[in-house]
Amino acid sequence: MLRYTIHRLLLTIPVLVGISVVVFLIMALIPGDPATAILGAFATPENTTKLRAELGLDRPLIEQYFTWASNLLSGNFGRSYALNRPVLDELLERLGPTLLLAGSAMCVCVLLGLISGLLAAVKQYTWVDQGLTLFTLIGISAPAFWLGLMAVSLFTVQLGWLPASGMYTPYGDESLGDLLVHLVMPAITLGLVASSVIARLTRTSMLEQLRQDYVRTARAKGERETAVVIKHAFRNALVGLIPVLGLQAGFVLGGAVYIETVFQWPGIGRMLVNAISTRDILLVQGGVMMVATIYVLFNLLADLIQHALDPRIQQSHG
Amino acid sequence: MLKKQLRVMVLLSFLLLSFGLTIQAATPKDVLVVAQIAEPKSMDPATVTAVNDFRILMNVYDGLVRYRSGTLEVEPGLAESWAISDDGKVYTFSLRQGIKFHDGNPFNAEAVKFNFDRMLVKDHPYAETGPFPLSFFFSAIKETTVVDEYTVRFRMDDPYAPLLSNLAYPTGLIISPEAVKKHGKDVGRNPAGTGPYQFREWKSNQHVILDQNGSYWDGQAGLKSVVFRPITDANTRVAEMLSGGIDMMVEVPPDNVATFSSNNSYALHEQAGPHLWFLILNLKEGPLQDKRVRQALNYAINKQALVENVLQNTATVASGPTPAAFSWAYNDALQPYPYDPAKARELVKAAGAEGATLTFYVTEGGSGMLDPVPMGTAIQADLKAIGLNVKIETYEWNTFLGKVNPGLEGKADMAEMAWMTNDPDTLPFLALRTSAWPDQGGFNSGYYSNSQVDELLEQARVSTSQTVRAALYKEMQRIVHDDAPWVFVANWKQNAVTGSNVQNFRLEPSFLLLLHKVSKN
Repeated sequence: MLRYTIHRLLLTIPVLVGISVVVFLIMALIPGDPATAILGAFATPENTTKLRAELGLDRPLIEQYFTWASNLLSGNFGRSYALNRPVLDELLERLGPTLLLAGSAMCVCVLLGLISGLLAAVKQYTWVDQGLTLFTLIGISAPAFWLGLMAVSLFTVQLGWLPASGMYTPYGDESLGDLLVHLVMPAITLGLVASSVIARLTRTSMLEQLRQDYVRTARAKGERETAVVIKHAFRNALVGLIPVLGLQAGFVLGGAVYIETVFQWPGIGRMLVNAISTRDILLVQGGVMMVATIYVLFNLLADLIQHALDPRIQQSHG
Repeated sequence: MLKKQLRVMVLLSFLLLSFGLTIQAATPKDVLVVAQIAEPKSMDPATVTAVNDFRILMNVYDGLVRYRSGTLEVEPGLAESWAISDDGKVYTFSLRQGIKFHDGNPFNAEAVKFNFDRMLVKDHPYAETGPFPLSFFFSAIKETTVVDEYTVRFRMDDPYAPLLSNLAYPTGLIISPEAVKKHGKDVGRNPAGTGPYQFREWKSNQHVILDQNGSYWDGQAGLKSVVFRPITDANTRVAEMLSGGIDMMVEVPPDNVATFSSNNSYALHEQAGPHLWFLILNLKEGPLQDKRVRQALNYAINKQALVENVLQNTATVASGPTPAAFSWAYNDALQPYPYDPAKARELVKAAGAEGATLTFYVTEGGSGMLDPVPMGTAIQADLKAIGLNVKIETYEWNTFLGKVNPGLEGKADMAEMAWMTNDPDTLPFLALRTSAWPDQGGFNSGYYSNSQVDELLEQARVSTSQTVRAALYKEMQRIVHDDAPWVFVANWKQNAVTGSNVQNFRLEPSFLLLLHKVSKN
């Protein structure tokens, strides 16, 4: 197990290096640059050239990449052109809220997805199953952005129950209650959309397990139905679902961008969108590397859990 | 067991929701919550270019001069008075005494010199707190001198009439030198000015909070605090306004204006601004080299319909290159080109340009670009109706600027553009002069050249008499209107919505948000 872990950890290094090259090249090759973005309407060729030189953008690409990469390894993420503050400061400030949102959404996603998938499988072909299937179909089809706006329209404008945006009330006491009230809509919206895939897969996986011989055996032995379903079938179905949960984490991190926009959640997703449109190269690169690292590590964790849970996989790796 | 777990979850969610039932639907008394369209970039006035940032800065800082309320004319600010030398090259300002920055340091001539030297002197010890993208507004200043503790002098090589107006612009706001020395590059997050409100805190992408400056030299402000919240999604801004989460929002989307104007719980404010939305035309090559075709474009496009139907009356039709907001310089004898497709077709025929194909650069967004895609499409349809085929190419804003600013030659016949300025000199100087062609560092991307216009602009720039300048600008407008190097489309009416309990608020023609006198009851 330890060997496997180290082996996988080492494999993440070339992945991250590859990502760094790709994001660097993309930012270097798209038209426009921070100088034009900062100057906006005042971006004459003369002003732009002057500003580009001041920002160090006229050096050869390879030099820029290695300067950036080596700085990154020593913890220096550089300085944001558009925001005029250290990139790392901005990233750390914005990371927490996104992790909170993504984490809560994942909880909703997992709970909702697993439970509704389980129920649909156990009550196959009943109205419970049909209802949940319809529900998940809507979840897969409806864009998270639209769902978020509908939620705001209902719960804020019509009912006045929940605040429309933000993470805290600005002039308030930033209590946990205040945070939770602001977190409810964005987390549930995002979690709902992500849960649909999990629900469908859980249902299918459960149905498959429930048809297995060992289930028939367990029932014949007189075990209670609940134990058969959860202790045996569900546990086995879960093993196959863990990689998907890992992938859904990526979906949630990506979907966080839309949700953060609608609900003005001060997270990293929105920061990245903004940084791209202002060509804030170092902030985009730093942000992407941070998100990519989290995603890679999270998937690694999912793989390790799956490895630990399933003896069959363990045997083939040793 | 499963059912029990479900029940517990349902109960938990009800509990969470009930938290929500206790939230306030209104903002606290004496605190104004303003929704902005984007996160601010910095609170160092010399380093920012966007109106979004200016809106906060104008309340934290003062300049030597400022715009008189409701106008674009200049009145004393931190300077009580000033004298201009006869040759127009030396400006001497007498500063108000006894004013302190929010960090306790004194405001004086040394502070003013520090501010301008930082932007303009290459080896200034604090030049690295830049870059200063708009420092060219003051590039005419060759030397700033401290005459005595409260007198400062600017010396220029040539007269430069727009200097006073530029000093009233946010780039000329005065920051505490000690704050710059203490925080260096981070002064943008630790500002200290002399304004009616002082900085309390900035939580990235959540809010900026300002508190009242109890010892403001021009009278205490009407509010205890102001909170600026960046809410980039327009729908979310509207939702917050409707649910009482904010007291004021600017840049109301055209489609939502009706929601607020018909509702007594809100006040809708509108103000014509120094803004122009136009089409740059390529005068170097293609069918638009002929003045008749350019005028035809101006006749063929139904600007009234654009303004009424696409922009929902959030703009007015433009008559020429100078917006009416510059009331002292605006030629009100000029009429906008009327909608006359028949006349347009005649002109096109006379020029032999029937059935011509025009490449049209359209952008997807951008500051002041209003609703560029629907407007571009409507224009394309109007021109098709007079027999011209318009091929649209759409670009994201920064990419668009990268294509348009170096000049339209070899790329397009027409391109959308919009400008918002503070002086009637700025736009024509940067975009209509012969020596403002892109290869000379200007924005004349359509290669317009008229020596009469060049001369009028030069003269207006060096004259310090407003009457003389006004006459020169009016003549320039008449010529440019006739030459039609642009299609003059619209002047944006900036708007804002406030809750009905917000008092003493008005929108300024400068598009700057001044909250000094605002209060809530």
